[in-house]
Amino acid sequence: MKKFLLLFIISFLFISCSKDDSTEIDIDPQAFDREALMRNLTDNIIIPAYENFDSKLSMLNSDLQSFNSNVSIENLEKLRQSFIESYKSWQYVEMFNIGKAEEIYYHLKINVYPVNIARVQNNMSSSSLDLDDCSSNKPNNCSAQGLPTVDFLLYGIAENDSGIVELFSAENSSYLSYLNLVVGKILSNTSLIINDWLDTKESFISSFQNNSSSSLNMLANDFVYYYEKGFRANKIGIPAGRFSVKLPQNVEAYYSQIFSKDYSLEALKAVENFFLGKSFGTEIDGTSFKDYIDYLDTEKTLSNLVLQSFENSFNKIQLLDNNFSLQVNTDNLKMLEAYDAIQQGVVYLKTDMLSLMSISVDYMDADGD
Amino acid sequence: MFSKMNFSLNSYLDSKTSIAPLVVFRISFGLLIFFSIIRFWLKGWIETIYLNPSFHFSYDGFFWVKPIGELTYLIFVLCLISSLFVTIGYKYKTASVVLFLSYTYIELMDKTTYLNHYYLVSIISFMIIFLPLSNSFSIDSKKNGEIDLIPRWNIDFLKFMICIVYFYAGLAKINSDWLFEAQPLKIWLLGSYNIPLIGESLLQKNWVHYFMSWGGMLYDVLIPFLLLISKTRFLAFLLVIIFHVLTKILFPAIGMFPYIMIISCLIFFNSNFHNMVIRMIINAFNLIKIKLDRGIKNTTQLNHNSFSFYFLSVFLIIQMILPMRYKFYNGELFWNERGYRFSWRVMLVEKKGYTSLKVVDKTNNNDFYINNEDYLTEFQEKQMSFQPDFIYEYANYIGQIFSKKFGSDIEIHVDSFVTLNGRRSERLIKENFNIYNIKKSEFYKKCLIPYKYDIKKI
Repeated sequence: MKKFLLLFIISFLFISCSKDDSTEIDIDPQAFDREALMRNLTDNIIIPAYENFDSKLSMLNSDLQSFNSNVSIENLEKLRQSFIESYKSWQYVEMFNIGKAEEIYYHLKINVYPVNIARVQNNMSSSSLDLDDCSSNKPNNCSAQGLPTVDFLLYGIAENDSGIVELFSAENSSYLSYLNLVVGKILSNTSLIINDWLDTKESFISSFQNNSSSSLNMLANDFVYYYEKGFRANKIGIPAGRFSVKLPQNVEAYYSQIFSKDYSLEALKAVENFFLGKSFGTEIDGTSFKDYIDYLDTEKTLSNLVLQSFENSFNKIQLLDNNFSLQVNTDNLKMLEAYDAIQQGVVYLKTDMLSLMSISVDYMDADGD
Repeated sequence: MFSKMNFSLNSYLDSKTSIAPLVVFRISFGLLIFFSIIRFWLKGWIETIYLNPSFHFSYDGFFWVKPIGELTYLIFVLCLISSLFVTIGYKYKTASVVLFLSYTYIELMDKTTYLNHYYLVSIISFMIIFLPLSNSFSIDSKKNGEIDLIPRWNIDFLKFMICIVYFYAGLAKINSDWLFEAQPLKIWLLGSYNIPLIGESLLQKNWVHYFMSWGGMLYDVLIPFLLLISKTRFLAFLLVIIFHVLTKILFPAIGMFPYIMIISCLIFFNSNFHNMVIRMIINAFNLIKIKLDRGIKNTTQLNHNSFSFYFLSVFLIIQMILPMRYKFYNGELFWNERGYRFSWRVMLVEKKGYTSLKVVDKTNNNDFYINNEDYLTEFQEKQMSFQPDFIYEYANYIGQIFSKKFGSDIEIHVDSFVTLNGRRSERLIKENFNIYNIKKSEFYKKCLIPYKYDIKKI
């Protein structure tokens, strides 16, 4: 029996030594610095992106003030320009549905489309309006506020610009007051989120353990979830009828018509920059999910496949009309091709990347199946 | 002992031993189930796993086993009560049958939750129906009389079952991924970076992944023998504790598994140890002195029960064959998962999948994708996404819903991609290929894409 035991121990040692000496170390001996990853993503991407969105919103607001005092086609055009800039900068924060944003349903309050016009009109004449009545997918005020509602108010309430200006310049225009209300709400909600980020930044960065409530895991999950739902499904898949029939009125920014493609391209750029760890508004690379994957992936192929899929998606979206609604109605096949290109990336992120990151879940026991 | 290979069957059947190990096993096993059910309940899993989902994944032949609304709680209550009855040995025959039935019913309600150690608990609760666990130090035995000695096979059978679990778990680890790629441990250990002291250093090292893979394999294959041999038993038990505590630290989500194995392994100790445990219980709870002289003379004996012996022998033989059934199926076991469950394949694969169903209306060739969130819980979706039999069942469920809704001829196609042990994801099921309303055997034969990698195994 002692021999048995001896054999057991010797084989243990033998195996460990032989493996240690003979196998090439295919993983960087230095452990990956996950705190540096969290710091780069938070300090150089998330917070600057929010601050950028906030500054664009301030411009929107000041243009709204000029519009209030002088409703004219000229001022409407200025207002629209700053609105488009705001909507573009929103594409860089939409993927961060985390912390306070998740808690107050910030994303549902900013960008649920299509707009529920009946509800908007009802709200305009309502005396007891509560824009915070927005918490889940039930019919509520999510679809009667935020950027899509501003899009409707600035572009969709009348046939042409003079008609729109007419509605806004009427005595005690309910359109104008609703526009002010909605823009004000976007601003106040956004400053809630930014203030929370500044308050909780350090604890967010230091929470990079591997458990279901850590910042790192939530960020990775949210990133993948956004790419699959917020980007792939909402911006392309649903209007193109991937999940039911074609819904051309469900494109982002339906009423301004020609910006759905711009917004999608910005959103994809935001996704790629986040994956590469590029500091917001620059080309400076910091520690990123890509670096993390490269550290974990023994095959060393995944990050390139992901980047290629982003590239393909860019190319396919470039082929689309500026107006996705028109694209769906005239040549939906191109929309579906763009969808398929994005889909490839969803697979890599959702299976290969999350598997390598070994993100743990706690909804059930597991013995590794 | 096993060294005496020339014993005849009859003398083996006649050979008697102390009942004490069975008594301790009864108490610890009963309490273990009791507390795991309490834990399950407190975590809210009865609701999230059995009551909330609108759809449940079933085992072949057990489609009729479903949660029964609010009454599902009653099954858990039955399981709790019967586990306590088994613990104290009160109306043991009935209690052990109820325990087995209620526990197994719970496990059969939804295969999303399948875990090897749940299956082990089911198996043991089945075996103990036929074993004399309550003939001493129990309420029943106070009334019916204490038994001191029982045919030794009663204990050996339980030991044998534990040995099967370890040994087959070890054999399953003898595969090229586990031994030569250190997968999936490499992925999991790299991800265990927040374990104090070793997480950021040792666990990130390549040699540690191989060391643990080989060590784990050797542990599983050898531990049954080390536990059976009396000279190595103490050391073996020490290894059992170290190994399972380590797994609990490294993989916190492993749940009750370490405790079940540690407690089960107590049965390998001799009657002195178990008598000591019983005396400790008597002292701790100030129980009325029960006659516990376990001398060989003047002791009551339980006769050999032929039915139980042969019945359980057949059962154990089945248990030895079952894990090898995958040999009868074509294709890569880790990919198809045909014959994967009920085989003590623990921690062998790290899989993640993306699976999306496409409903095709044949009358106008319109198609659209299903949003999994509308039909499955997060947990169900995760499990469905990489397991072919789940996908097949889910597709047929969705198919039924939409053929009823459209009243027309529909097909279900699948976009499914799975990553296995760190390799790039591959398509699992043929693209644009109907899997609705076809036989399951046909599904495996025609719809699955064979895995392009070969994982060598025994």
